[in-house]
Amino acid sequence: MPFRIVEAKRLSSITNLFQIEAATIAKKARAGQFIVLRLDEKGERIPLTITRRDPAKGTITIIFQEVGKTTKKLASLKKGDKIQDIIGPLGKKTDFGYVGKAIFIGGGVGVAEILPVVEYAKESGNGITVIIGARTKELVILEEELRKLAPRLIVMTDDGSHGRKGLVTTPLKELLTAEKFDLAYCVGPDIMMKVTCDVTKEFKLKTLVSLDSNMVDATGMCGTCRVSIGGATKFVCVDGPEFEGHLVDWDLFLKRQKRFVNEEKKSIECNEANAQCRCRA
Amino acid sequence: MQVPGMKKQEPKGRIRNFDEVALGYTEEEAIKEAKRCLNCKKPLCVLGCPVEINIPGFITKIKEKDFEGSIKVLKDKNSLPAVCGRICPQEDQCEKKCVLGKKGSPINIGTLERFAADWEIKYHPPSPKASADVRRSFNESGQKREGKKVAVIGSGPAGLTCAADLAKIGYNVTIFESLHKPGGVLVYGIPNFRLPKNIIDLETDYIQSLGAKLEINFLAGKSSTIEELREDGFKAFFIATGAGLPYFLGIEGENFNGVYSANEFLTRVNLMKAYRFPEYDTPIRIGDKVGVIGAGNVAMDSARCALRLGAKEVTIIYRRSEAEMPAREDEIENAREEGVRFELLTNPIRIFGDDKGWVKRMKCMRNELGAPDESGRRSPVPIKGSEFIMDIDTIVCAIGQGPNPLLLATLPDLKLTKKGNIVADESGRSSIQDVWAGGDIVTGAATVIEAMGAGKKVARSIDEYLRK
Repeated sequence: MPFRIVEAKRLSSITNLFQIEAATIAKKARAGQFIVLRLDEKGERIPLTITRRDPAKGTITIIFQEVGKTTKKLASLKKGDKIQDIIGPLGKKTDFGYVGKAIFIGGGVGVAEILPVVEYAKESGNGITVIIGARTKELVILEEELRKLAPRLIVMTDDGSHGRKGLVTTPLKELLTAEKFDLAYCVGPDIMMKVTCDVTKEFKLKTLVSLDSNMVDATGMCGTCRVSIGGATKFVCVDGPEFEGHLVDWDLFLKRQKRFVNEEKKSIECNEANAQCRCRA
Repeated sequence: MQVPGMKKQEPKGRIRNFDEVALGYTEEEAIKEAKRCLNCKKPLCVLGCPVEINIPGFITKIKEKDFEGSIKVLKDKNSLPAVCGRICPQEDQCEKKCVLGKKGSPINIGTLERFAADWEIKYHPPSPKASADVRRSFNESGQKREGKKVAVIGSGPAGLTCAADLAKIGYNVTIFESLHKPGGVLVYGIPNFRLPKNIIDLETDYIQSLGAKLEINFLAGKSSTIEELREDGFKAFFIATGAGLPYFLGIEGENFNGVYSANEFLTRVNLMKAYRFPEYDTPIRIGDKVGVIGAGNVAMDSARCALRLGAKEVTIIYRRSEAEMPAREDEIENAREEGVRFELLTNPIRIFGDDKGWVKRMKCMRNELGAPDESGRRSPVPIKGSEFIMDIDTIVCAIGQGPNPLLLATLPDLKLTKKGNIVADESGRSSIQDVWAGGDIVTGAATVIEAMGAGKKVARSIDEYLRK
């Protein structure tokens, strides 16, 4: 039973929002959880965070960036098209509950993963501050949605085309110097999560991150997504994706994330050379 | 042991493809082999078969050239004959008991079973009408079963067998599978060159044609809990989720790039068809020198896949000696023929990598054999000062799998062993009244046919329970 796309919207030149019919997932999904999808018979399995769910309509929403072959192909799908396989909700749900004052840091498409967690934090009665960052104005997503939830929202762009110029760590340092927070929560590019953790560590602020590893089955049977947390091997798909940032072995994580870069390049080239490429014949 | 008479692809050619190695019997060969069967009055071979196939019965039909009749006899007990004929360790089961084996070579029961199943696939694929007939013939007294819902969790050999048996006698069975294809280890673990994947498709189609429903992309415990399935009207549950949790070595360096669990390695290759990358999207990366740790069937499969992916040198690294290797004899033989090297009585103790995080070398130690351990096999004892370094750029850990705790964690009342396996009685009943378990989730990693045997027993027990 393939899964139908009921809404396909572009949020930026590389970011897409899909609303997909998946009634059972919509019923069960909670903040922090993700799906794994496979486009077609020859497709690979990739994980994507569930940004929104609508149990009444039986739909879930995913927001993704075009970074490789599968996400590019996914982006080419339109309303009414179908995705062959979706499994979810996977991973542990977010459940930090009430902590007091929480600060959320989202970078790039990671902002789409921050949104449900901010909603959850608000429902749990926490004080909310949000910092979001993007390379440039065009890539800033979900600003309005987050503004509704967060009394204080700081937008950063690398080139200063929108909000303040600079990295998310600049306002973060300012805030942590001026005020006391009880929890930081960060989702974004791997390196951004690492440097954010470096900052919060200085302030001894507990920080949760949501890791986005390469996965195959995502049910705990292969260990391709394994990371080292406080010296112990953990599987992101079943033990995470949320972990305490200060316990993550970032060096190992960053190196493992590059395992298939050559193959990924080849895959994209092959896809773009589609007309000439014999492998899809 | 080599199967006499059955043709195989030559090693030189076959390590360049993923096509089936063993080519099976021709009609003439099958009939000739069938004629050797003595048709014993009290056939011992049947006692060696975990699913109790009427072995002389199906062989007699082959002898009579009634291949359709032969497959009928097989399918009476076994819904996956094309699978079992290929991958059962017959040398330890039916063929071990064959009286002809006492003085000469036993009947090649597995190859004959395979022949009949392949004949059916080729010439006489089961029609919907035939499936309906099967259901009818099993279902004469089925009134009490009609409409009763049974959930089978996991579509590996245990789940498929149980589902087929329950569907045949009239239950409303749904198989829940977390992956996007049914078959469990048959589809993600065992490579195409041992078990062609179209066979799994055909056999699972057949089981569905018997009336079992299949729900893929369903992770029990996450997609729905047992409790929620109960609310949906399911009256009995069979947990057959296997041993899908990979064990790693627990040594320094096991997370370097290039270290795979056998589960990951084989899933990429078999389920995701990474050997056809980039035609298929899932990548796999393999170096020149591959070390496979372990010596079970999973290790042999991994080593032989690695060769076919282009590795220059593949070495099985095993802590005990040849005599203790748990893999099937003919798979070890096949691996040897294909050029797999064996470093026996050797134990990895540390993995080294380069500055980019890739595996480069592995430190190992030599062992000698000491006293037997609780498994009855002589235990490896490291020899002091025997450390040595092995150059290696890919490592596959095939040292076993445990039970995946994901579903079990949602069932606090379920009694588990120390290792996390489900405690079940003879008939497969667990500590929860409406929950059965069987296959690797109970026994730890074992064989396909044992899992099927368990599935059969559970079907019988569930039927008894639901008819009360």
